[in-house]
Amino acid sequence: MCGIVGLFLKDKSLEPRLGDLMTDMLITMTDRGPDSAGIAIYAGGANGNAKLTVQSDTPEVDFAGLDAILNEALSTTTAMTIKDTHAVLEIQGAQLDAARAVLAEKRPKIRIMSRGESLEIYKEVGLPKDVADRFDLRGMSGSHGIGHTRMATESAVTTMGAHPFNTGLDQCLVHNGSLSNHNSLRRKLRREGVHIETENDTEVGAAYLTWKMREGATLGQALESSLDDLDGFFTFVVGTKDGFGVVRDPIACKPAVMAETDQYVAFGSEYRALVSLPGIDDARVWEPEPATVYFWSHTTAPTAHEKAA
Amino acid sequence: MQVFDLEAQGLRELNATLHAQSTDTNQTAWEIVNPKGSHAIAVGLDAPIEVNVKGSTGYYCAGMNKQATVHVHGSAGPGVAENMMSGTVVIEGDASQYAGATGNGGTLVIKGNASSRCGISMKGIDIIVHGNIGHMSAFMAQSGNLVVCGNAGDALGDSLYEARLFVRGSVKSLGADCVEKEMRPEHLTLLADLLERGGCDAKPEEFKRYGSARKLYNFNIDNAY
Repeated sequence: MCGIVGLFLKDKSLEPRLGDLMTDMLITMTDRGPDSAGIAIYAGGANGNAKLTVQSDTPEVDFAGLDAILNEALSTTTAMTIKDTHAVLEIQGAQLDAARAVLAEKRPKIRIMSRGESLEIYKEVGLPKDVADRFDLRGMSGSHGIGHTRMATESAVTTMGAHPFNTGLDQCLVHNGSLSNHNSLRRKLRREGVHIETENDTEVGAAYLTWKMREGATLGQALESSLDDLDGFFTFVVGTKDGFGVVRDPIACKPAVMAETDQYVAFGSEYRALVSLPGIDDARVWEPEPATVYFWSHTTAPTAHEKAA
Repeated sequence: MQVFDLEAQGLRELNATLHAQSTDTNQTAWEIVNPKGSHAIAVGLDAPIEVNVKGSTGYYCAGMNKQATVHVHGSAGPGVAENMMSGTVVIEGDASQYAGATGNGGTLVIKGNASSRCGISMKGIDIIVHGNIGHMSAFMAQSGNLVVCGNAGDALGDSLYEARLFVRGSVKSLGADCVEKEMRPEHLTLLADLLERGGCDAKPEEFKRYGSARKLYNFNIDNAY
């Protein structure tokens, strides 16, 4: 069992409250997932810069002088914001890959949590309220975000086993359920050259989407083909640069509730995750259909593509 | 009328208070405020009381109900009225997965839509849905009646035993061993009563009846070794 929350704001005046609203949603989902928590938040961007969110178990060592190291190696100016075990490095977009190479060489214990123009991923082991406090999630603003509370079933309780998983630039995935063909799929994806770090089933799901998109699929197409290629139970929520998407497996035993008002579209594993949102009593509340890919985006109208089960 | 604030007084206190009502209690009318999607609201009741829940509920509302009437003025989460024995449960909004699962008796009325697995393994309960129902509904349903004024999803009545299924709209697909059956006068009479109990604005003649072809579960001597 795990808990998922998601919040996509239509009303810009709510953006300063995104972190606060999502923290309440996340903490409500503690009894679905008390062992780890994570959040992907989309904020800023569009200035040509890229954000690299990194994590270290020894941040006082690994983050010390990290911006200076990058500045020297890349002849650039890096803005570094440290939040507990995570740091957001803002660099020129074109230097993203070069920066990763520098990190791998100079600070090999640092792990990449996310990369993109506006995406930042924060995740750690611990109760959701403690994880939220460590990163000051309540203080964060943004246009949309997704979050996850984990009750591990398939692999160890570690930072890298927590969700969300970064699947590509500005894209990420959270999962409630369990994939049963993740071992064979992991072997297949590794043969294709896809990097998979842990024994976690969701990381394989995320790597699968990354691989599909590398092969030319859109995110929507990758999600639709996941219905054929992933065996097991899943409710996935994916974050994208300008919105989020939802897909449930054809059996759809993992719960999902959506709510929409003029101000937002919200996702929760349960209705109670949504009860403190403004105007929830008058929201349109429904359950997403099984085997159907939904997207909400700031740039296009909402879509739902049903794929035959 | 007794008003109970679930947020202030807590779930254990609520259910303990409702369980303490005997069959001859004078406190027959209860209102629960601030349910906020909480789990296990008004479960295991066994007294002829009426409980109005003013909002939406989470998992397992009104489970194992006996005698009581539980009225949810909102939507219900998974497993509403699971294993109900008697009494009445009314949902003004939608119901999530496996509404009325394994129900032995009583009446469950859902005024909105029901999600997947509605009435799974039902054993005598009557379930009346004003809207649509999701996939795998009435899976392995043994007895009782499921009435759907809207449409049914995939695999309706898969591996069905002796429950009767009445659907007014379309059926996306029938499950294994579930077939359409003739609507005889006794079924129209039964359905008229069910529609009245459910407060449905529908005529029995508009419905089709589905039931078990009885090829899957009967012991067939030709299959013996």
